[in-house]
Amino acid sequence: MKAAGLTAILSHWRRHPVQLATLILGLSLATALWSGVQAINAEARASYDAAARAIGGDGLPSLHQARGAAIPLDTYVALRRAGWLVTPVVEGTLRMTGGEVRLLGVDLLTAPPPALEGDLAGDVEPIDALGESGRLFAAPEIAARLASPDLPPVVAVEGVAPGLALADIGVAQRVLGEARIDRLLVLPDQPLGRPPLSEIAPDLEERAPDRQGGVARLTDSFHLNLTAFGLLSFVVGLFIVNGAVGLAFEQRRPTFRTLRALGLTARSLVTLLAVELLILSLAAGAIGMGLGGLIAAALLPDVAATLRGLYGATIEGSLTLRPAWWAAGIAIAVLGTAVAASGALWKVARLPALAPAQPRAWALASARTRRLQGAAAALLALAAVVLAVAGSGLVAGFLMLGALLLAAALLLPLWLAACLAGGQRLARGALAEWFWADTRQQLPGLSLALMSLLLALAANIGVGTMVDSFRLTFTGWLDQRLASELYVTARDDDEAARLVPWLEARADAVLPIARTDQRVAGAPAEIYGVADHPTYRDNWPLLAAEPEVWDAVAAGNAVLVNEQLARREGLRPGDPLDLPDGWRTRVGGIYSDYGNPAAQVLIGLDELYDRFPDYRRGDYGVRIAPERAEALRTALVDDFSLSPDQIVDQAALKRLSLDIFERTFAVTAALNVLTLTVAGFAILTSLLTLATLRLPQLAPVWALGLTRRHLAALELTRALVLAALTFSAAVPVGLMLAWVLLSVINVEAFGWSLPMHVFPADWARLALLSLLAAGVAGLWPARRLATRPPADLVKVFAHER
Amino acid sequence: MLLQVRDLIKTFPGDERPVDVLRGVSFDLEAGVTLALTGESGSGKSTLLHLVAGLDEADGGQILFDGADVAAMNDRKRAKLRRRDVGVVFQQFNLVPSLDVAANVALQARLAGRHSPEADARLIERLGLVDHRAKYPEQLSGGQQQRVAIGRALAGRPRLVLADEPTGNLDEETGARVLDLMLELVTDASAALLMVTHSKRLAARLERRLHLAHGRVATRIERRAAE
Ligand SMILES: Nc1ncnc2c1ncn2[C@@H]1O[C@H](COP(=O)(O)OP(=O)(O)OP(=O)(O)O)[C@@H](O)[C@H]1O
Ligand SMILES: [Mg+2]
Repeated sequence: MKAAGLTAILSHWRRHPVQLATLILGLSLATALWSGVQAINAEARASYDAAARAIGGDGLPSLHQARGAAIPLDTYVALRRAGWLVTPVVEGTLRMTGGEVRLLGVDLLTAPPPALEGDLAGDVEPIDALGESGRLFAAPEIAARLASPDLPPVVAVEGVAPGLALADIGVAQRVLGEARIDRLLVLPDQPLGRPPLSEIAPDLEERAPDRQGGVARLTDSFHLNLTAFGLLSFVVGLFIVNGAVGLAFEQRRPTFRTLRALGLTARSLVTLLAVELLILSLAAGAIGMGLGGLIAAALLPDVAATLRGLYGATIEGSLTLRPAWWAAGIAIAVLGTAVAASGALWKVARLPALAPAQPRAWALASARTRRLQGAAAALLALAAVVLAVAGSGLVAGFLMLGALLLAAALLLPLWLAACLAGGQRLARGALAEWFWADTRQQLPGLSLALMSLLLALAANIGVGTMVDSFRLTFTGWLDQRLASELYVTARDDDEAARLVPWLEARADAVLPIARTDQRVAGAPAEIYGVADHPTYRDNWPLLAAEPEVWDAVAAGNAVLVNEQLARREGLRPGDPLDLPDGWRTRVGGIYSDYGNPAAQVLIGLDELYDRFPDYRRGDYGVRIAPERAEALRTALVDDFSLSPDQIVDQAALKRLSLDIFERTFAVTAALNVLTLTVAGFAILTSLLTLATLRLPQLAPVWALGLTRRHLAALELTRALVLAALTFSAAVPVGLMLAWVLLSVINVEAFGWSLPMHVFPADWARLALLSLLAAGVAGLWPARRLATRPPADLVKVFAHER
Repeated sequence: MLLQVRDLIKTFPGDERPVDVLRGVSFDLEAGVTLALTGESGSGKSTLLHLVAGLDEADGGQILFDGADVAAMNDRKRAKLRRRDVGVVFQQFNLVPSLDVAANVALQARLAGRHSPEADARLIERLGLVDHRAKYPEQLSGGQQQRVAIGRALAGRPRLVLADEPTGNLDEETGARVLDLMLELVTDASAALLMVTHSKRLAARLERRLHLAHGRVATRIERRAAE
C-alpha cells in the first residue's frame, strides 16, 4: 500500500520537473542563506579565538615586571616557593619565508591547557619536545614555511593559531638566545592564604587577561550584526519553505483526494508525505549547504582581511567545511522543513476523503483565517511589548525582535487586502474592477511569498540602517577620540624623562596619558587622567555634560564617566560618584566610548597623580600638524631610537578601523542582495504555481475578449503592484527593526546605544530593487501565459461541470 | 447478504436550517447483483453512494457490509474497506494526473496489495486501452478516461462496485458502450454493482432499481432473473 501510494505521490514530480526544481531550489536557497551566514559567523568566531590566542590572550591573568622588563629568575622561584601557581612565558619573533611568526615559549609541564593549543602531545615524545634539540609546533600551513636549519624541527599541529609557533620555554630561550622570562601566567585555582604579591615580588604587577584593543572589541558588534542577519534569514527561509511546501501540496490536492477515496488512510498519506519531505529536505539541505559554503567562501576573504587588519595575525581566508557543520546544517534544514511543513501536513491529515477536487490555495482565503492571523499578530505584538518592558538580556531582545517580525508578517495580508479593496473602490471600468478583485482573490496564494519579501526588505532596511548609523557615528567618534596625531609609549621612567623634553621641542603639545585599574561601583574600571588641553575640550565626544565641565574636571571638582558606566549605574550629570579610597566626587559629564566593555572614568591628570601614585605611566599623545607627523615618527625611530611598535600613528589607526567597517559593510551588502534574491525567487515560485491553478479564472476573461498578451501584461502589473504595496509596509517594519537593534539589542549586548540615522535615498534604491525582483519573477509566468496555446484555455470549459 | 442499508439518515448543515437529505433509507443488495439508483437532482443519490463507500459518515442508521457496520467503523477501517472491498467509479473520473493509464489502472489493486500484471494486461485489453497504456489522463478523451476509471475500480477485484453517473460526462453512444463494458466486467468478476444514474433507459439494463424521493426510497423495482 505504502509503495503504491508513494509512487503515485512522487509521480507528480516526474510530470512536473520544473515545479520540483523550484521546490528544491527554494528549500536549498533558504538553507543556503542562513547556513552561509552561520558559516561566516562560526568561521569568523573561530578565527577570532585563534587570533586572540595568537596575540597572547591566554584568558589568564599574568604578572609583568614594571614597564616591560624581563622577570628575574629569582622572582619566579620566590613566587613558586611561596605557593603561587605561576608558569613562565617567553616571547619573541621568528622570521620565515614571507613574514614573521611569534614564538611563544611556555613551560610544557606546567602550562595550563589554554596555552597549549591543539593536541601537542600527539605523536611527539615528550623527550623530543623538551630535549636537547627540542621541537617547534606550528599550524601545518606555517610549519612548512618555518622550517630552517637554524631552528629545531618544526612539527605541524592542527589547531595552533596561525602566526604562532609554540615551544617549550627552554627551547624557545635557546632559539631566542636569551634566558629570560617575559611574563608569568597566573594559573586558576591558586591555594588559599598565599602571601600577597607585594610581599614576595613588589616589582611585579598583575594584569587582567588581555581584553583586546578597543577597536577589536567592536568586532563583537560585527558578529551581532551577522547573528541578527542569520536569524532574519532563517525566518525568511522558513517562510519560503512553508510557501513552497504549501504550494507543492496544493498542486497535488486532487491526487491526495483520489488516493484517500481509493482507501489510503489519512495517516499513511501523512507518513508518505513526511517521507517525501524528508527526502526532499535532505537533498535540498545538501545542495543548500554547498551553496551556503560557496557564499561563505566568497564573503569570507573580506572577513579574514578584517581580522588580519585587526590582529596583524594571519587568519586563514579559506573555509573549512567541517563534518559537524554539514551535519548540523542538514539537520536544521530538515527540522526547518518539518516546522514549515507541519501546518500543511496537518491539513492533509484532516483532509476529508470527499474534499472538493478544485484546488484552492491553502485555505488562507477565508475571513476566519484572516481574523485568526490578525489575532495572532496582535498576540505576538503584545508579547513583544511585554518583553520590551519586562524582559532583559540579549535573549529577550532577540525574542522580541522575532515576535515583532512575525507579527508584521502576519499583518501583511490584512494590509494588502485593505489596499486592494481601496483600489477596487476607486477603480473605473469593468476591467479595472476585475483586476483589483482578481488580485485580491490571488492574495492568499501569494501571501507567504509576499511575507518573505516583506521580511527580506525589512531586514535590508533594518540592518542597513543599523550598519550605516554605526558607520556614521563611529567615524565621527573616532575623529573625536583619536585627536592626537601620534601615540607614543616609553619603555621606562628613564626613557620617559628623555622622551618628553625631546618631543616638547618638536611637537605642538605632549599630553601624558596616565591610567590605573581600580574598582568603581563594585566592578573593575579604568581611571584615566587627562591633561587640561584644548585637544580634549574641543574633541571629546560628550553625550551629556554640565556647563564648564572641563574646568571642573581640571580643578578636581568633577569627573567624566563613559556611557557604559552611566547606563549600568544610572548616572546623570550632577550625580555623586564614589571613587576608590573614599573619594566622593561628582559626575560632570558622560561620553560615548564605543566598543569598550569596561567602565571608564576620566579625571584631571593632577588628581590621578595625587590619588593614585602607582598609576601606569609612559603613554603620551602628541599633537603636531598632520603633515609633519610622519617626519616626527621617522625621527623618533631613527634619532631617538624608539622601536616602531612604541608609536601608534593616528591616521593609520583610523584607516585601519574604517577599513574594518568597509569590509563589514561589503559583507552585509552582499547578504542583503542575497536575501532579496531569495525572496524574489519565492515570488516566482508562487506565481508559477498559481499560473496553472488560475487558468479557470483567466479563461472566462479570455473568452470574453481579452487577448492573452493583455492578460499577461495584467499579471505582470499585478506582481509589481503587490511588490510596491509590500515595500510600503517594509519601511516602517525595517525602521522598527533598526531601532530594536540599535537601542535594545546593542544596549543589552554592549552597554551602549547608537543614535539612529535614516537614509531615505537607500530606500529608494531598495524599492527599485524589490520592484525589479518582483518584475523578473512575474515576467516568466506572464510570458508563459501570453504564449499559452488557446487549447489549454478551452480545456477549462470542456471540464467544467 | 453483501450489503444491508437500514434507516440511513444524513443531514447537511444548511445556510438557514439543516438539510435532511436522507431520512431513513433502507435496502439490501446481494452479492453479484446489479442495482440502479435513480432520483431527481439533489435527491441524495451521491450522498447515499458516498456513505456506502465509507467516504462520509452517516447521522443515523446502519450500513452493514458483509455484516459489519460501516457507520461504526473508524477512519482506518473504512479506508481498508474502500481499498479492498469496494471499487468506486466517479463521474469526474478522478484519475491521478501524473500517472499513466497502466499505472492508474493498477493503482487501487496495488494499494490493496492484490496487483497482478497479467490480470491488468487482460483488463486493459478488454477496456480497449492497449494503444493508450502509456498515455497520461490529459491526453485521453472523456470516454477513454472513464474506461480507465472502470479498470481501476475492477482491477482490485472488489466485491462491490459503486458508480456515480459513470456515463454522465459522455455522449449517449459512448455512454452505452462504456456501460456495456462495465456490466460485462462486473458480471465476470461476480461483483455487485450499485450505480447512480439519471437515465431510465440505462437503469432498465440493471437487475434492480431504487428510486429516491424526499429522502426515502419511493419505488423498488425488481427484475426477476429469467431462470
Ligand atoms: N457537503 C455538503 N454540504 C451541504 N449540503 C450538501 C453537501 N453535499 C450535498 N449536499 C446537499 O445534499 C443534497 C443531495 O445532494 P447529492 O449530491 O446527494 O444529490 P444527487 O442526488 O447526487 O444530485 P445530482 O443528481 O445532481 O448529482 C443536495 O441538496 C445538496 O445540496
Ligand atoms: Mg450526484
